[in-house]
Amino acid sequence: MDIIEHKSGCCDSDNPEKAEVDAILAKYIGEKWTLIPILQEIQNLYNYLPKDVLEYVAIQTGIPIADIYGVVTFYSLFHLNPRGRNIIRVCQGTACHICSGKTILETVEKELGVKTGNATADLRFTLETVVCVGACGLAPVMQVNEETYGRLTADRVAEILQKYQ
Amino acid sequence: MQHIRAHVLVCGGTGCKSSGSKEIQLNFAKYLKEFSIEDEIMIVETGCHGFCANGPLVTIYPEGTFYCRVKPDGVKEIVESHLYKGQIVDRLLYNEPQTQGAIRNHSDIAFYKKQHRLILAHCGLINPEKIEEYIAFGGYMALAKAVTTMTSDEVVDVIKKSGLRGRGGAGFSTGTKWQFARNSVSDKKYVICNADEGDPGVFMDRSVLEGDPHRVLEGMAICGYAIGADEGYIYVRAEYPLAVKRLRIAIEQAEKMGLLGNNIFNSGFNFRLQIKEGAGAFVCGEETALMASIEGKRGMPHPRPPFPASSGLWGKPTNINNVETFANVSEIIKNGAEWYCQFGTETSKGTKVFALTGKINHTGLAEVPMGISMREIIFDIGGGITNGKKFKAVQIGGPSGRCLPESMLDLSVDYDSLTAAGAMMGSGGLVIMDEDTCMVDVAKFFLNFTQSESCGKCTPCREGTERMLEILTRITEGQGREGDIELLENLAKNIKETALCGLGQTAPNPVLSTIKYFRHEYEVHIQEKRCPAGVCEKLTNYVVTETCKGCGLCARNCPVKAISGAVKQRHVINTAVCIKCGTCMTNCPFKAIKKA
Repeated sequence: MDIIEHKSGCCDSDNPEKAEVDAILAKYIGEKWTLIPILQEIQNLYNYLPKDVLEYVAIQTGIPIADIYGVVTFYSLFHLNPRGRNIIRVCQGTACHICSGKTILETVEKELGVKTGNATADLRFTLETVVCVGACGLAPVMQVNEETYGRLTADRVAEILQKYQ
Repeated sequence: MQHIRAHVLVCGGTGCKSSGSKEIQLNFAKYLKEFSIEDEIMIVETGCHGFCANGPLVTIYPEGTFYCRVKPDGVKEIVESHLYKGQIVDRLLYNEPQTQGAIRNHSDIAFYKKQHRLILAHCGLINPEKIEEYIAFGGYMALAKAVTTMTSDEVVDVIKKSGLRGRGGAGFSTGTKWQFARNSVSDKKYVICNADEGDPGVFMDRSVLEGDPHRVLEGMAICGYAIGADEGYIYVRAEYPLAVKRLRIAIEQAEKMGLLGNNIFNSGFNFRLQIKEGAGAFVCGEETALMASIEGKRGMPHPRPPFPASSGLWGKPTNINNVETFANVSEIIKNGAEWYCQFGTETSKGTKVFALTGKINHTGLAEVPMGISMREIIFDIGGGITNGKKFKAVQIGGPSGRCLPESMLDLSVDYDSLTAAGAMMGSGGLVIMDEDTCMVDVAKFFLNFTQSESCGKCTPCREGTERMLEILTRITEGQGREGDIELLENLAKNIKETALCGLGQTAPNPVLSTIKYFRHEYEVHIQEKRCPAGVCEKLTNYVVTETCKGCGLCARNCPVKAISGAVKQRHVINTAVCIKCGTCMTNCPFKAIKKA
């Protein structure tokens, strides 16, 4: 995935979102090494990790921005680009691999016109893969947001995606 | 007191939830009200029953009637006929494929008969969001016994005598591990529960966390008492939102009752627990990487020694066990080491939970005593291979595990027999493969996984697995060369000997074991440029057989117009144009198109 630098402008002093970031930081101040939960909460707020917010976190916590960048790019659940309103995770675990999970992924890619790891232009969906959601009895499966769909066939994909706007 | 005459247990595990169990539960509430029996019957949302392939599951007590694949419109019938009139709805019962008979009682089903559910005992029986139900089944008795009647050394001793071995994969003695942490002198120690269950196709830890979270908390608190720690962390995958939610509820309830916190049972023992959510990195299942992740760093492993027992989290002595290991602890303390030793073999005590997936009839979770044969697990409990196909191999131990062929099916499943056979217990994933599975493709799948999850710290793993994957990819694409098998073996040997952590050291296992038992498949791929199972796309051609009636459906559906033929004449596929999408095969009404 291409990494594009996005600025949210949130940390300008007149932006109300700054207060929310400050509130997150305040919860962890004084505790040692709490970078990952801070990043998780900021990502919950923005849906991704805007560059200027990370820079702000670096200044406030004293953790070098290079270290923060290192952590962000190490873990697959952190994102540097804006994400779709709905997140699709098509399982590519062992059971789903054996039960044609790849066909499901290809169908979703075709349906949305995006490659895995990217968001649609209208930010309606982000398409990702996941290695096992632990619902192997229902393979092949995919998750849309919190919902898990099992025993999938390619022709059910379009109908499921319809539900999410 | 309100009199409840029946309990309706609706499975709320991830498997059944995705099959629609929430709606089933709502429908029960609705129809109980409609028949005005909502005061006599209690609906309970339970954890996973393990029989996920047949969800959503509903069990009705006191009879123990087991309804499976319940549809929303079937609920009314169950309420009216079973709960209102007292007549079991035979139509909705489970039908055993072997006997074709409807089975009324839960415990008569072959899937459950050979199981011995120690640590899954409460899963599917109690409401995991109510601490009272756990306590009613004897919960927290073990913690009370430990902190009020035993010394820390006695607790360590019982765990040692029980013969419990780590369920995370390596099978190290849990008691010995605790002893190391106990012997370390420090002002601060930690207990960590490794719930970063990352192996694809493995979900027993999630089921325990979702179905019986207090069992894990109790095991951790006992460990804290034994080693002298007052703080613990549960490192859980963020991909398991339900497990995280139920753990939070469980910790809150236990704190409220004084079962976690300060001065537990008035003994002066303090123990607090925190949840740390992972951020998506398989390597964090390795203990040193996991601790780096809790400390907020990139989750990369470091060489041992120092072992966590002397220098772990923030440099303090730390004991790490996985979910299933902690789940055993309370039973051992409650019932004693001798009691626990009756289960299992001479050197592997207790039970093990296996996740059955792949081409098997009963996908799900099965807990069996150690020493059972692989054949019993796959054919008696698992119900055999789907669609009556032939068994080919079972992959045991996840991406670091190995494939075993049919000749090894009578092997006793315990740590030492598996190691002697060149396999490993691993986390307990069993992926069953039939004759339609290509072993080279399977090896490539697992290596692709470990390769992309390699953290990149050490060269053998970072570069070596990449080179192995390149070779496997070219073999599956018809570009394999003479000497590739030997090259793979050579690379594998070097990676195993030199990689830094368990991920790299075991990454070549699936390749080595498939070469060992299925070498001919590699040879056919390389020499004849053919995939015998018809899986590797570039080596497979679609052909129209003589059963073709010439209906022309295949030609009309072919996206690249590769099929031609006159009406009522056998059609032909032009292999030069064919993109091997398989559309023709799915559309043929006469099953006349085959892979060759």
